[in-house]
Amino acid sequence: MVRLITHNLLSCHVKGCTRNNFPLRFQDVKVELREAEFNAEFLRNFVPRIEWKALVDAGKELGDTSLPEELPEMLGDEFLKKLHHVLLEIHVEEGAMVCPNCGHVYKIMSGIPNMLLTESEI
Amino acid sequence: MSRPELVAPPEIYYGDTEAKKYTSKCVLSTHSRKHSHPSSNFLPVPCQCSTRIQQIQSEMTYRALELLNLPEGEPKFLLDIGCGSGLSGEILDEEGHYWVGVDIAPSMLEVALEREVEGDLFLQDIGQGFGFRPGSFDGAISISVIQWLLNAETSHPSSSPPARLTRFFTSLYAALRNPSRAVLQFYPSSDDQIHLITSIAQRAGFGGGIVVDYPNSKKARKVFLCLFVGSGKMNDSVPRGLDGDGEEEV
Ligand SMILES: [Zn+2]
Repeated sequence: MVRLITHNLLSCHVKGCTRNNFPLRFQDVKVELREAEFNAEFLRNFVPRIEWKALVDAGKELGDTSLPEELPEMLGDEFLKKLHHVLLEIHVEEGAMVCPNCGHVYKIMSGIPNMLLTESEI
Repeated sequence: MSRPELVAPPEIYYGDTEAKKYTSKCVLSTHSRKHSHPSSNFLPVPCQCSTRIQQIQSEMTYRALELLNLPEGEPKFLLDIGCGSGLSGEILDEEGHYWVGVDIAPSMLEVALEREVEGDLFLQDIGQGFGFRPGSFDGAISISVIQWLLNAETSHPSSSPPARLTRFFTSLYAALRNPSRAVLQFYPSSDDQIHLITSIAQRAGFGGGIVVDYPNSKKARKVFLCLFVGSGKMNDSVPRGLDGDGEEEV
């Protein structure tokens, strides 16, 4: 159940991998859509935390093109509903996330990404 | 009973049998060797040991949420460190929060999946640190987990307890918003352990300290590490622990 809300906050944590380590690229993903309860207040509070371009690109990678390239100034309900869908209703069930810098592959199985590192990566 | 963190690393200790204790319905046969059930002649019955574990866990989760001191009624984005089978996560769901849970035991995460909790789950060793971007979370809770960081996993220097604690607290501090709190309930086995943990947390930038509930009750005593990021609007003093023996609370 990797949702884009979490993917948008996740960078690579391999030792020494500190630049260009965000966002992780999706690979060979299987996606499921699951409805979630809409909460405009939560979304409004969360927006400042989002790396917008990374979210738009990740949405596209998963086949959703509903978000505008630029974050609108007015956060109306129509926009928030699209944001809600992209952040919270698209679940990556299988596949992997790959670091754009060091190439570390974080495998996703049954919706759970494996974030474990080897001793040399700590 | 020996302390679980001395028996085996968590991903092994919390194998399938142990994980079953954290599900809502317990299959007695899977661990009847370890526990005697007075009523086990009359199967099926709810497993006493598992419901007791769950009750204690959920009480501690509510207490941790109270110590987080979040504004009333606002949905927040929280990190559940060592989320296990999702018992605490279910409570976070009920309270209207959004959350991410990390745990090192795959069999516990499988149970969390079966429960259909709302949060995202990660297979992660917290001693290796987090990769979350700065300011990702409005708060963090952890129930009965960080004592595991006090055991060296291998002889490699990167897996010494101070190295693991440092990576954990430094990356946790970065992942939290300013201001916010992290409330970590744990089972220290000595004052030295408390001192080691709090001093490394302070070096990572945290304020705050230890809260002890029911300090005079052998049974109900609970230790919470209550950590602050920034001070801002928050009261900088460490909250008071609860008095009494914990029995009056239902
Ligand atoms: Zn990397």
